[in-house]
Amino acid sequence: MASNDSDDTQAPVPAALKILVAGGFGAGKTTLVGSVSEITPLSTEEVMTEASYGIDDLSGVESKTTTTVALDFGRITINSGLVLYLFGTPGQERFWFMWEELSEGALGAVVIADTRRLETCFASVDFFERRGVPFVVAVNCFEGAHTYSPEEVREALSLNPAVPVVLCDARERASAKNVLVTLVNRLVEQTAA
Amino acid sequence: MQAHNELPPDEAPHGLPQRDAVGGYDDAARDDAGPLVRPYVIAQGRDHADTVQLDMISVVIAAKRAEVDEMALEPEQVRILELCRRPQSVAEVSAHLDIPVAVVKVLLSDLLNRGLALARAPYTAKSPVSRDVLQAVLDGIQRL
Repeated sequence: MASNDSDDTQAPVPAALKILVAGGFGAGKTTLVGSVSEITPLSTEEVMTEASYGIDDLSGVESKTTTTVALDFGRITINSGLVLYLFGTPGQERFWFMWEELSEGALGAVVIADTRRLETCFASVDFFERRGVPFVVAVNCFEGAHTYSPEEVREALSLNPAVPVVLCDARERASAKNVLVTLVNRLVEQTAA
Repeated sequence: MQAHNELPPDEAPHGLPQRDAVGGYDDAARDDAGPLVRPYVIAQGRDHADTVQLDMISVVIAAKRAEVDEMALEPEQVRILELCRRPQSVAEVSAHLDIPVAVVKVLLSDLLNRGLALARAPYTAKSPVSRDVLQAVLDGIQRL
């Protein structure tokens, strides 16, 4: 179990950052996370009570409806002091309360658009727009699906012209990387302004 | 093209469904929802000596020189300390040990109070990320 324990000095604790990956069910969230993550995407499960989420005391919840929310996430070590986490956000509307917590402090977000059912990403776009979370739209190009241009998708989503729209293949690391680079580039530009 | 939820072609002449933009592009709608603070957050925010505010991506590391009395700990806490010889986020601890995040937070909070582990809070809206950090993130992603 011992790692690099050769000396006694306490290693500094790295700081973490997160980027959210949102989109409808099956749009390719976990695929995109897995393409760039240095670890196989992990899944953490939260048991929530439908009636009163956020309650710490789980005793006596037997009578309430409980629901399990799974979150998939990956990790990219930036350097010894910085770790980036990518969280696939549960797409269903009923998990919006988790989005609130997740979006807190997020650098930005990737909304994956599946043009076979574009409406499944509307909720994500609405959410990030409302919360002022910077985001990019990544159009996942599925084989056999009609390909739309970024302009067509931009128009259908009524996007702010400043929101980048990129085509991607979530399975390809280079392509997924390009999506993240587009997002972070936008953040750098915003910070400079 | 067999996806469910799909509109029949004759109802979608232009192919893509249209989203109605919400709240325009200004910032006005952003803060109108009011604070969404859940009870346990409020409790932890108080000046209780025995609670620690932990985020899903708070990074935790086992304290190196700490004397660990394993008998005084929950078995899960011993496993957490072993796992955290290398820095791990709360979410990673939860996933690796298959313990819900809320429970991990309680167990970790105890370890932090005993001085057996150290945690670092993530960047938040109150500690905006500097351009240098963003540039480092960009470089890190490009190195992948």
